[in-house]
Amino acid sequence: MVKSLSLNVPLSPAAWRSLKAGDIVSLNGTIVTGRDRVHKYLVEQKPRKEDIPFDLNGAVLYHCGPVMKKTEEGYTAVAAGPTTSMRVEMYEAAVIREYGIRGIIGKGGMGTGTLEALQQTGSVYFQTVGGAAAYLADRIKKTLNVWKLDEFGPTEAMWLFEIEDFPVIVTMDSHGTNLHREIEKQSFERFSELIGSKQ
Amino acid sequence: MLKLRDGIVELYKKVATSLPPDVREAMESGCARETEGSHAFSTLAVQIENMKLARETVRPICQDTGVPTFWLKVPMGLSQIEMKNTIIEATRLATEKIPLRPNAVDILTDKNSGDNTGIGFPIIYMEETRESSLTIDLMLKGAGCENAGQTYKLPVEELHAQRDLNGVRKCVLDTVQKIQGRGCPPYIVGVGIGATKDQVARLAKEQLMRRLNDINKAAELAALETRILQEINELGIGPMGLGGRTTALGVKIGVNHRHPASYFVDVAVSCWATRRGRLIW
Repeated sequence: MVKSLSLNVPLSPAAWRSLKAGDIVSLNGTIVTGRDRVHKYLVEQKPRKEDIPFDLNGAVLYHCGPVMKKTEEGYTAVAAGPTTSMRVEMYEAAVIREYGIRGIIGKGGMGTGTLEALQQTGSVYFQTVGGAAAYLADRIKKTLNVWKLDEFGPTEAMWLFEIEDFPVIVTMDSHGTNLHREIEKQSFERFSELIGSKQ
Repeated sequence: MLKLRDGIVELYKKVATSLPPDVREAMESGCARETEGSHAFSTLAVQIENMKLARETVRPICQDTGVPTFWLKVPMGLSQIEMKNTIIEATRLATEKIPLRPNAVDILTDKNSGDNTGIGFPIIYMEETRESSLTIDLMLKGAGCENAGQTYKLPVEELHAQRDLNGVRKCVLDTVQKIQGRGCPPYIVGVGIGATKDQVARLAKEQLMRRLNDINKAAELAALETRILQEINELGIGPMGLGGRTTALGVKIGVNHRHPASYFVDVAVSCWATRRGRLIW
């Protein structure tokens, strides 16, 4: 069954905690994007909250560097699939704790530092489909705002998007379950047999 | 060179927005093997839907249009300098028109050039041909899977990998086991074996240009390709790493002669959105 989550009103801590690894969720409302440069900037430069044009507290952060098109009405997302989350592992726990991010969307899962931060703060990691850039861009209904566009460029900037029926799967929850790690453990068993086996 | 430039822009468009038929078919048959309702099934279904949507609306399949990589076979008498300049010009145009994501970042200033050109960017490999027509092959693959690649120097003790084809097999499995779902599986895996690390890296990437139904001329390597593909799929990593039967769509191996003291193996990984195409001029 697909759960529908509206992000327009901040979700209660209980609502975040109720999400379990394996849940298929459809997201609606606003999200922000952020990848390598945004993470580094947030953690190393520590900008004041009033310097960031939108509220990150309780927000969902999408690991995405979209292809954007500038039109007369503003920017539109042309292609916007997820990027590999693991690259920002060294910053993510601090971003979650210091800025109050409650949901991460990305691909490939993250490490133990992030998992601990999810558990402590009652947050979750969602995976969406890698390479499904056109499909996911169509679920971004509007570009509401952008931060650091001139300095970081359109790929690395932080975009504020309005999304509708954005499909994700909870793969790391606030109870310490990490589906990526479970699959890795299972595949390691078969891997060990294949490596140890005779030719 | 104006017409050739426009031909290359069209090649960019075709490659960025549609997958080759062999990859499309492999994705469909992968989906048919998965259990309906599983994460593997729904992930593949979205990927297949995205493939169709991108083609119909002429938009990039993936927002990461990678480091454009060209292989040219240039007829004798045609200037390679001219070819390179034409490709650079076409790259600027394609980036703006299609659009492609600008991916060329200056190492020293961290500035994005904004048009996918820069030092060594795009990558262009050229060789001369006795044929009268110019052949241009283009591959676009994102950084998620590019970062998944590994180079090995056999023997590798921890894998019990000796300097033989069985050792090669262990290296390939190790790469896939380590990367799990981070490089967007189902993968296509290119393997290069030979004397030096620069040479095997290029050779491995070239294997990704082979069609999935292309059978290796060396029977021993053809058998190894089939075996490794089957074993990767036994790992159960699945589409986007959430479990399933379809972890890879193909394994392609290329060999060069090696030095008696060296046995390099490079494993190049491509995501399911292996975008490749050819222009004959």
